[in-house]
Amino acid sequence: MTDALALYRSLVLIRRFEETILAEYRRGAFSGTTHTYIGQEANAVGVITNLQPDDIVVSNHRCHGHFLAYGGDPRALFGELMGRVTGVCGGRGGSQHLHWRNFYSNGILGSTLPLATGIALAEKMQGRQTITTVFAGDGALGEGSVYEAFNFASLWGTPLLIVIENNHIAQTTPLALGLAGSIAGRLTAFGIPSCAVSTSDVLEISSTAQALIAEVRHSQRPQALIIDSARFGPHSKSDDTRPVEMIEELRRTRDPLTIHGNRLAVSARQAVDTEIVALVRAAFEQALSDPPAGGAL
Amino acid sequence: MTSVLDALNNGLQRALTDDSRVVLLGEDILDPYGGAFKVTRGLSTVFPERVLTTPVSEAGMTGLAAGMALRGLRPIVEIMFGDFSTLAVDPLVNTAAKLRWMYNDQVSVPLVVRTPMGGRRGYGPTHSQSIEKLFLGVPGLRVVAASHFGDPGELLYRAILRQDDPLVFVEHKLLYGLQVIDAAAASDFEIERSGSAELFPAYRLTVRGAPPPTLTLATYGYMAELARQALVKLAFEREIFTELIVLTQLAPLDAAPILESASRTGRLLTIEEGTLSAGWGAEVLARCSESLGSRLAAAGRVAAIETPIPAAAGLERRTLPEVDDILREAEKIGAQPHA
Repeated sequence: MTDALALYRSLVLIRRFEETILAEYRRGAFSGTTHTYIGQEANAVGVITNLQPDDIVVSNHRCHGHFLAYGGDPRALFGELMGRVTGVCGGRGGSQHLHWRNFYSNGILGSTLPLATGIALAEKMQGRQTITTVFAGDGALGEGSVYEAFNFASLWGTPLLIVIENNHIAQTTPLALGLAGSIAGRLTAFGIPSCAVSTSDVLEISSTAQALIAEVRHSQRPQALIIDSARFGPHSKSDDTRPVEMIEELRRTRDPLTIHGNRLAVSARQAVDTEIVALVRAAFEQALSDPPAGGAL
Repeated sequence: MTSVLDALNNGLQRALTDDSRVVLLGEDILDPYGGAFKVTRGLSTVFPERVLTTPVSEAGMTGLAAGMALRGLRPIVEIMFGDFSTLAVDPLVNTAAKLRWMYNDQVSVPLVVRTPMGGRRGYGPTHSQSIEKLFLGVPGLRVVAASHFGDPGELLYRAILRQDDPLVFVEHKLLYGLQVIDAAAASDFEIERSGSAELFPAYRLTVRGAPPPTLTLATYGYMAELARQALVKLAFEREIFTELIVLTQLAPLDAAPILESASRTGRLLTIEEGTLSAGWGAEVLARCSESLGSRLAAAGRVAAIETPIPAAAGLERRTLPEVDDILREAEKIGAQPHA
């Protein structure tokens, strides 16, 4: 499989996974909540494809895309959302609280920035050659702990890539009602270099991330990637207050599957589409038949 | 003779010496200053790479330390005043305390947050509180309070190296200057361990040679000293003989040593420096009531009155519990002079 095809495959996997969740929530297969990544797939795929196996990923409440791009098992993630014993964390964590290998997520916005900074520092102090990547959305930028972490990360020189996925909306609050100044300016204030891209093209994100990751690894200091992104779905399951026309426009112009898919031969693309539909369906069915989480509390 | 301050400093030094994964973070902890209360004095000189002075950033440093603990280090965070621990509640409660369990026991977070609580120094409303009760009952979080009984340095050492969960280590400011009282140093008392806790034991203190006690006093931290003074006065001035139980682990609560004593005396007085409502004593009394039923004839609580702690010395004394409050409450719940 070519790299371009592999990237497309990851994009489609996340999309179909998230679509399945939204559809099956309505049918009652899942309980609790979810935060879908539909529209933002190129961010996770473009960044994580450049990481080494031992590198660390710290993610947030909208973590399914990051987890799947990291190589996480769709059946285990479905199982986690269904409360199955085969779930990523045995059903204890649910949608927002995943840990597998060097992947960690938590649902408290902003809390993951200090956590990731501490992880990066610990790795450096112990002489490991890893870098840590932390994903956060524009909504998290209202949290004070984010800036304490920026300060520590820069002051103490930690090998940390900060990825800000700016989807312009925090639950239902548009960016203009939540952010003064600029995102880049906030990083600049702490001496953290940043690179901004406004794209849903996985190749553009990947090439930018590749350079930043190389710099973090070489300098052992933080860098930031600010991605102007587009969320097509609701914050959670059905809480999108944006006009339908706006979403349709985003889907028409900012769909990472279309943008990257158009580079591929139709037959190759269709083969991936077919394969992923079957793969996601099989993972879903497997998880559905897995035993419920049990054991002592 | 060793002060509690020296014992804690020694506990930190031993932990840093014995395990290269131990890292100390906090504000103003570098020599020559050595921390606001000098618990870390000398350590940055011996371990410059592992004693890290931080910006004024309690939430940030505690969150960082959780990440460090997750990836193989054993960080200790010093929060300069216990009052400031409210700034670290989120990383403690929503990150450090939850990670092991919610990640299905795949990780551990051996993080110790040390902090001096308590008043009686005239520091006023935001530098005098005993707010450890905010951390009691948080799943995954252990709360340990040093006192001058036993070996507070060893207690801290065990918190750092002999257990793997996030732990809040409470040090009352007035303990620092007290001498450690171990069994050998306590000529007028008998001090023995009570209960089965090995890491963070409970202690039972009685007047040597006294008749059977008719009241159990239960406490922790610096109030153990005021309770000890009350125990002496009750015994020698009023012939009321009591037994003092001093816990070091406040959460998760193992009430067995208190239950054992109260089941013999039938009366229980809890003593704490924090405010009364929803406090440590409330939990202890609830446990005793559930377990002892009518065998607990009478019970009471000594705690701070529910105002912010005043800076003026006279006002502060009226706010925080004193020895006289313990004496008064002891008599109120009907502890009888020895017949």
